[in-house]
Order: sequence, then structure tokens, then C-alpha cells
Amino acid sequence: MANESLQAKLAAYEEKVAEMYAKRPERPNLKHNKLYTPLDVEGFDYERDLGIPGEYPYTRGVQPTMYRGRLWTMRMYAGFATAEESNQRYRYLIENGATGLSCAFDLPTQIGYDSDDPMSAGEVGKVGVAIDTLADMEILFDQINLGEVSTSMTINAPASVLLAMYIAVAEKQGVPASALRGTIQNDILKEYAARGTYIFPPKPSMRLITNIFEYCSQNVPKWNTISISGYHIREAGSTASQEIAFTIADGIAYIEAALKAGLNIDDFAPRLSFFWNAHNNVLEEVAKFRASRRLWARILKERFGAKKPKSMMLRVHTQTAGSMLTAQQPDNNIVRVALQTAAAVMGGTQSLHTNSRDEALALPTTESVQIALRTQQIVAYESGLADVVDPLGGSYYVEAMTDQIEKEAEEYIRKIDEMGGAVVAIEKGYIQKEIQESAYQWQMEVESGERVIVGVNKFQVEEKPVEGLLKVDASVGEFQSKKLAKVKAERDQEAVKKTLEALREGAKDETVNLMPLILDAVRVYASLGEICNVLRDVFGEYQAHATV
Amino acid sequence: MAEKLIRVIVAKPGLDGHDRGAKVVARALRDAGFEVIYTGLRQTPEQIAEAALSEDVDVVALSLLSGAHATLFPRVIELLKERGMDNVLVIGGGVIPEGDIPDLKAAGVQAVFTPGTPTSKIVEFINEHVKK
Repeated sequence: MANESLQAKLAAYEEKVAEMYAKRPERPNLKHNKLYTPLDVEGFDYERDLGIPGEYPYTRGVQPTMYRGRLWTMRMYAGFATAEESNQRYRYLIENGATGLSCAFDLPTQIGYDSDDPMSAGEVGKVGVAIDTLADMEILFDQINLGEVSTSMTINAPASVLLAMYIAVAEKQGVPASALRGTIQNDILKEYAARGTYIFPPKPSMRLITNIFEYCSQNVPKWNTISISGYHIREAGSTASQEIAFTIADGIAYIEAALKAGLNIDDFAPRLSFFWNAHNNVLEEVAKFRASRRLWARILKERFGAKKPKSMMLRVHTQTAGSMLTAQQPDNNIVRVALQTAAAVMGGTQSLHTNSRDEALALPTTESVQIALRTQQIVAYESGLADVVDPLGGSYYVEAMTDQIEKEAEEYIRKIDEMGGAVVAIEKGYIQKEIQESAYQWQMEVESGERVIVGVNKFQVEEKPVEGLLKVDASVGEFQSKKLAKVKAERDQEAVKKTLEALREGAKDETVNLMPLILDAVRVYASLGEICNVLRDVFGEYQAHATV
Repeated sequence: MAEKLIRVIVAKPGLDGHDRGAKVVARALRDAGFEVIYTGLRQTPEQIAEAALSEDVDVVALSLLSGAHATLFPRVIELLKERGMDNVLVIGGGVIPEGDIPDLKAAGVQAVFTPGTPTSKIVEFINEHVKK
């Protein structure tokens, strides 16, 4: 009855609007409907679809009181040049109110090359800190008590090695592994699909990942063993639905690999975590976060039979969308990041990194990173957005969008399941192609003017090049190489040889958990490159297919 | 007689894994009528020069977002010259600060297309500058 009356009123409304549009059309490229009403959420069942925060299906949040109890972790991704300089940046961030650490490693480190490797030429310290041995790691955490911080490390293919180094540094500080809190990204599938810092082929890579799940469940129980990532998939050009779909498909693949390796779902699932993008369309992003929680909870419960509530909770770190920041009029990026932060907070993230205004130009200066951190603090303390759990819950628009994104994601996941799972979908190039299509479409919209980017294709000004950007000196490579040579000269060569041999033998046997062997090697100052080269010998290297 | 199409190789030198831009540019150039080869990731300067030679390209388009451009772009050009490819148009793109561009140009990079550049500008540049 009520619906009929509303339907009639809406029909009249649409007629009136049609007359208005006949005189003056709508602005172009508007994605969603202009108005959402109860008719858009027919069949909505509060207890089934939203529930209570901190309870299944976790749509409204994974914690009962969300930020009223404790704010999200303000975790700024940082690292550049040497461990010495990065250590200074970490202490600066902590002094300025950062509540978690996040390590950015340079590309040689991420790809398992020492700083003196020919493949590292020109790259040492450029996008993150260079770590060659445990000696660098000790410097990186100088004056930082690993028993008191939580640290996220963005490291994938050689995640086992960096985790081992972290554990070894903690040992030297007198902190047991059982007390360590943090995360390793350790998500190789998205490397193949969107990020590119792979080393080994999929099978041995999955073995390393499940080794880490098992090792940590027994020895480092407070550690998030993986950060299943959608951030990079989105940055590569995907849509919001694709971001969560492809990521959750990856998550399903990791779970299946772990189950196949004999692990029990409730033993490792509680320590799986996620990494979302906080993109420009604020309300769509909030819906995306909510959809992802509901989707994951149902999958863990219904598909994998998880029993522990913690197994079903999608806990997420978020980063504001770097690809949406501009080289033109860079101060505008501060505004963009503030809006993206609002999206992440209303979306219910557990942890957040905010990009700096110089994102499109260089790594952030201290001034720029301070503003980015203040952005989080202002949203936290001044905006009121952190004071209510899931504040947008019940909005016709947000609930309709949550449903829609969930449906679209399910469709992608179904397709990927039919192909045989995420690993196969990536081998077939399906995920990459979908991402590329979305990226190309986006670019064409920008170039036609349909999609406005302020300062780039509208409201441009004549600009002078930005001064005072952070520069990583070319001499870092040499500095690191000299440091590495010194460590190699002073260490127990025999011990290194022994541990590397043991690692080689262990790697050949699929039933061996490699973490203890990697720890042994790391403790005697075997280098990252030496360890990875042993694994390269045994596992081979991934051969990517270039497709456009 | 049919005009020979302009051949472009889009390459990712070094360890940088960001290929959204390279792929979008490759496709846009293809749509604009060029013959385009995309090398994929992790190309050494040697591999790029070899591919440019064997593919007989008119343009080498280098994409790099990792900050290693100052080392790797000039190295690619050096190797192209060694292979007698003096007339190849070398262009670049990625995260390259304005302040670094003069040195790249001095090394032989004829244009650097930084974030926000429409692909149509790159097409225009190639059409105007390829020596046939």
C-alpha cells in the first residue's frame, strides 16, 4: 500500500524531471541513480543483512564499538634510502602521533636482490628502504621496542625472510616472537596480477605462504600472516566491485592452499587480514567496505565451515588512492586525501595510511607526511565521523550500493571459481584483462572530458615545477654495497654456508616448513639475496606473459 | 603503395612493477594506428635495446615509476646507439620530477610525458617527430 503511493509519487517526479532535462540535461557521466528510496532496498532485513556490529555478518563493523573504544591505527607507510634514514622517519612519525609502523622496502629488497646485484642498479633505496641483512634490520628498528609497536611490512615474495629478520631483531631486544604484533603483506597472487614484485612461480610461492601461516599460528600468534590486497588491483585500474572480488578470490585460493596443506581453517583464518583502497567516490567506498565484510563472513561460514567468529571477520588496513592524486596543483591532493580518509573511516577500517600531497612527484618530505598524518587526526578528533558505529547504515543509497557491489563481486567470484580459482584465472590473464579494460575506459573518460580531474583536464593553471621534493641520492647504492661487504667480511662464513645448504635441502622437500631454516640463515647474517638465490635455484623464477 | 606503419616498443626498464600507464599508452598508440610491442615488466636495458633492434622500431617508449630513470633511461639510449639505432625516437613517462627532465633530454630522451598527460599528446608527438 505504502509502496504504491510512493511509486506513484516517484513516477510523477520522474515526469517532472524529464521535463527539466528536456530543457537542460543532466551533468554527464553520473554513475548511480539520482535518488534512492525504500523501493531500492525492498526485502531489506536488518538482522540478516546488517546485524549488530562485532557480530555476524559484520556488515556494520568487526568490533562492537568501533572507534569509540579505540581509534583506527594511524599507520603511515614509510621508508627510503638507508635503514639509518628510515629509522629517523619512523621515530618522527611516532613522535607526531602515528600509532603503528609500516615499512616500505626498495624494489631490490622486494624482489630478493642485494644492493650490489647488477639487477639493483639505480634502484637501491628509491621506493623504500634497502635491507640486505639482519644488520640493516637492526638499524631500522634502533630505539624502537618491538614489544611495544605493531609493524606492517609491505613485502611479498621474500616475506618469510623479512619476517625472520624481524623476529631475530626482536630476539636481540629480548622480545619473544609470541609477543610480536604486526603484518606481512605476503600476498603473491596480486603480485602476478597487478603489482609485479614476484620472484618464484605460483606453486612454491603458495608453499612459502602456507609455511608462514603454520609457523606463525604456533610461534607468532599475534601476527597477521597475510594482507590480502585489493589496493593495488584498484590502483591498476579496476572498479570497486572488481577490487573486492579479485581480492576475495585470492583469499579463497590462499585458504584452499592452506587446507590442502593440512591446516585447520580456524587455526589460521583469524590471522588473515585485508588491504583496501580508499578511493574518490566517498559513498561508494563505504558501501564497498560493508559489502566486503558481509561477503567474507558468509564465505568463511558457508563455504569453509569456519566456527570461530574471528575466522569470519574481515579486518582491513586501508590506503588512500595514490593514483587519484595529481602532479598538477599538488596541494589539492590534501583535500582529496581528506575525503578519501572520511570514506575509509565511515567504511570502518582498522588501520589507515594517508598519502602525501607530493605522491605523484616523489616520496614524501617530512612536511608533507606531517600534513597527511594530521589529516587522519583531524578526521578522528574533529569531524565526528569516528563517534558513531557505521554512521551511514540505513541510508537507502548506501544499503542499495552495498547490495549491488556485493552482487557484482559475487558474480566475478563465481566466474573465477568456474575457471578453477584465482591462480588459474591469473594464469589465463583473465584478472589482468578485466583490470586493464577498466583502466583504459577510465582514461578515455578523462581524455574526453567526461570525467573531470580538477587541475588536470579542467581548472588548469600555469605552474612552476615543485621545489624541495625528496630526493634519494644515487650514492645510496654504493653506501649499501660497502655496508654489505663489511657484514660479509665480519660474519661466520662457515655458518652461513651451512644454513644456506640446509635451506637448499629443505626447499627441495615440499613437506618441510622453511621458516625455521630461513631464521637460522638470517641469524648468521646470510643476505636476502643469498637466501633468495638458493630458493631461485630450487624453485625457479616466474615467467610473466606480457599482454596488452 | 601502403605506407609503412610507425612501430613502437613500450618498455618497462628495471624492477618497477607499475604497468597501468604503460598498458594504457600501448593500447592508445595501437588505437591510433601504430604497431605496438609491449615488453612486459623487468626488462634490462640490454633486453630493451635488443628487442628494439629485432623489432625494427621507430620509437622506444620507456615507462618508469621507481625513480631509477636517471640511471636506466640513458643506459638504454647508450645501448641503442651501440646497435646503430641513432634515429630511433626515445620518449619516456612515469614518475619523473620536472627537475630531472633536462638531464634526460641531454642524454637523448626527446620527450618525457609526466602524470596527467593525455595519450593524444603522445600520439601527436610521435607523428610529428618520427624520422621516416
